[in-house]
Amino acid sequence: MRYLPLTPDDRSAMLGSIGVKSIDDLFVDVPAAAQLAGPIAGLPMHASELAVERHMAALARKNLTAGEAPFFLGCGAYKHHVPASVDHIIQRGEFLTAYTPYQPEIAQGTLQMLFEFQTQVARLTGCDVANASMYDGSTACWEAIVMARRITKRGKAILSDGLHPHYVSVARTMAKFTGDVLDLSLPTLVPETDAERLLGAIDGETSCVVVQYPDILGRIGDLSEIAARAHEKGALLIAVVTEPVALGALKSPGEMGADIVVGEGQSIGVGLQFGGPYVGLFACQEKFVRQMPGRLCGETVDAEGKRGFVLTLSTREQHIRREKATSNICTNSGLCALAFSIHMTLLGERGLRDLAALNHGLAVDAAERLAAVPGVELVNDSFFNEFTLRLSKEARPVVRDLADKGILAGVSLGRLYPDGEGRENGLVVAVTETSTHEDVDALCAGLKEVLA
Amino acid sequence: MSINQSGWKPEMTTEHGTAGATFTGNRALMLEEPLIFEIGSTETTGVECAAPPKAADRLGGLARSRPIGLPGLSEPETVRHYTRLSRQNYAIDLGLFPLGSCTMKHNPRLNEKVARMPGFADIHPLQPQETVQGAIEVINQLSWWLIELTGMYGVAMSPKAGAHGELCGLLCIRSALEARGDPRSVVLVPESAHGTNPATAAFCGYKVEDIPATAEGRVDLDALKRRLGPDVAAVMITNPNTCGLFERDMKAISDAVHAAGAFVYCDGANFNAIVGRVRPGDLGIDAMHINLHKTFSTPHGGGGPGSGPVVLSEALSPYGPIPYSARYADGHFRMVEEETAGEEHPDTFGRMTAFHGQMGMFTRALTYILSHGADGLRQVAEDAVLNANYVLRALEDVLDAPFGPSGPCMHEALFSDEGFPEGFSTLDVAKGLIDEGYHPMTMYFPLVVHGAMLVEPTETESKAALDQFIGALRSVAERAKAGDAALKGAPYFAPRRRLDETLAARKPVLVWREDEAAEAAE
Repeated sequence: MRYLPLTPDDRSAMLGSIGVKSIDDLFVDVPAAAQLAGPIAGLPMHASELAVERHMAALARKNLTAGEAPFFLGCGAYKHHVPASVDHIIQRGEFLTAYTPYQPEIAQGTLQMLFEFQTQVARLTGCDVANASMYDGSTACWEAIVMARRITKRGKAILSDGLHPHYVSVARTMAKFTGDVLDLSLPTLVPETDAERLLGAIDGETSCVVVQYPDILGRIGDLSEIAARAHEKGALLIAVVTEPVALGALKSPGEMGADIVVGEGQSIGVGLQFGGPYVGLFACQEKFVRQMPGRLCGETVDAEGKRGFVLTLSTREQHIRREKATSNICTNSGLCALAFSIHMTLLGERGLRDLAALNHGLAVDAAERLAAVPGVELVNDSFFNEFTLRLSKEARPVVRDLADKGILAGVSLGRLYPDGEGRENGLVVAVTETSTHEDVDALCAGLKEVLA
Repeated sequence: MSINQSGWKPEMTTEHGTAGATFTGNRALMLEEPLIFEIGSTETTGVECAAPPKAADRLGGLARSRPIGLPGLSEPETVRHYTRLSRQNYAIDLGLFPLGSCTMKHNPRLNEKVARMPGFADIHPLQPQETVQGAIEVINQLSWWLIELTGMYGVAMSPKAGAHGELCGLLCIRSALEARGDPRSVVLVPESAHGTNPATAAFCGYKVEDIPATAEGRVDLDALKRRLGPDVAAVMITNPNTCGLFERDMKAISDAVHAAGAFVYCDGANFNAIVGRVRPGDLGIDAMHINLHKTFSTPHGGGGPGSGPVVLSEALSPYGPIPYSARYADGHFRMVEEETAGEEHPDTFGRMTAFHGQMGMFTRALTYILSHGADGLRQVAEDAVLNANYVLRALEDVLDAPFGPSGPCMHEALFSDEGFPEGFSTLDVAKGLIDEGYHPMTMYFPLVVHGAMLVEPTETESKAALDQFIGALRSVAERAKAGDAALKGAPYFAPRRRLDETLAARKPVLVWREDEAAEAAE
């Protein structure tokens, strides 16, 4: 077996040193009834690198990739161009095959990178501090709701109807068990966000209001008034960002008064990967830092007075506080945070603003062209790089028909909201710097044909 | 004149003299690297973007007006910055990484190549399912392997890491109990458990109580039986446990737990010791997470991403999360999501993450499993256990091995700081090992052993590598026992000396701030 260095001679010599006769003598504590006599029957035996690569490549070939087709899917995962150097750097063994920096003297590379990542995320979101990452946006969102409960000692969260339905589902799953109360609603295909509903719902029992920015339909709503109302009632505003590139063009949620900003960092540096691994962003204002979940990296000095970095404030965490920890999270998304940070360093502020402007410009152009197709109507007044179309037919079969023509047209709202109620004709279309003029032509032509 | 009483102190010079401080602060290949905030500028970029088409903006009046403060670097500067940082890290690729409980084994590079195939890396989770049949098939094939290797009934693939898997298992248990109208309030966890176990139980609303251990480091079955009752929902057990021992009474524990109407959750962090030799399903376990980043060698990445699929018993499978992959009679695959869950999986507790889980880890883990096969995986467990016992027996004369006398260990060897002189502890051994060129073992865990040192060599170390490590640990341990004061200053040769963690926690500096930096410079 190519990954196992021990030779049969090594094994005999080592068994001899240990003072046992056979490997079975080392498994004496396993009851005989539970031991398998040999390799599990019915399972394949080991295979060569060539054979395994062939097997996996055959599976990979069965998928239609984003790069092969005019591609317009978003809704929480976006196709962006990731510079080649990002993937090169994250494959360096010193990053790839290290672990959580428990021994800071020999993990300064990871720690300094995390410190830089935390700063980038804090600045991008307009918050004072950020942590070293969560699993993804959806789990970061639930952790923020739990954190708001701890801070306010209240258990009712109001979720905007523009919050990604998967994020809502995760919160619903958890709330069933924790007893948190969720005030929920479903989106309708109108240009306005549900800010009015939220403003009316905030009361003295409310722990937090959770608003996605831009929202699941691509709409952009001002958060300032919601923040002010929430604060007036002693509640927190949690802003959720699923497309961080948008923050290169838009006011940051922190600027508008958000107390906690969580997000999905996949857009920057991390590919689509069929949904994971991604990287959860978690930022907040300084006064709440001791209630944050997850790892935090902080600056300090070493015995010679040199600047260095360590994991800090660990008394919030499970390995110290056990059942009293702020979260059960341990392993987070370190390598994806690295990819995010490298890509953000390559972009810099100038690059991020240019990228955001390009995304927005292409999206505006595409929205206008698509809205001119018979049977297609643009729902949004405002949007960044993603908008919702109301089609004259149910969107789900339209998406399927277009896929048959080799066009990945967008996300049908029927996929996200199977209950219909007017949403079934909605199609959410994302346009990024990877979408060409010809791709939009193809989508327009395809829609025209399928809707006719 | 009396005899010379002062002696003569020679100059401490060598033939070439001593090295002083360098102009740069670098020491040859050990390179200092500033923060991007100190070397980059907001106007520099390493990415070129086309000009946007001219159009009025539709940002709803919320266009950004304030600067963000994100420095950029050109590509050569970026590559150099991160390459220099990388060299300040220890990693498996550099040497033995005996971090107990973390299974730091070699990460085969074929896995990386496969995960990057566009057919896996460049597909969107919400594409029409007809266009991603190969991806769903990967999830399905890996599911099959995990079920077969554990002898369980079903598997939930979406949990994002071990702790997320624990959450998944406990939510299944809670759902099952509620479905039979018997909600319970307590989860029992041994003191030696990973911190995630009690944290997870609390996170989903349970009260946590300790299970006592026996003097030989295993669950005290009699004490457990006495505590079981109608309020206990589940018992969380790590097997092999964190003391590196197999829970001999596992089947009896499961039977007792089931007789009391509760469920058994197994923390599968240590599955590497038994994969291919023991199936947890044969031990009466109801739910167990599998850390793909441990047993199945997806890279640890400096702290993730991990992946924590949960295998489930027949009793718990109906409650598992959506989405999950299903294969239909006509040969096509589908992710069962909200849309059809009502018919196909009506009792699901719901969704626990957006999308389908860690696909990038599934492709790597399946590649690893196919490479090893049933025979190779069994050999993995055997070599992991052999290597750990080799280390245990080679060092128990110099380091106290609290459970050494009771028999062989599984895949990790546990030592304590018993017998160290006043003022010396496990931390000093760890820092001394750094100077010897090793990542230290896990320190001060499990909590049940004083000054615990948990050594997990894994199966991907050669005998020669183990012999050198044993020699190094022996040397450092002997220095600690002899009260060698120099050890208190270790490490001397790492990029940094011991770091002041108290200062970091007392005055947290979690982000870079220009004003603070300017103040510090004054």
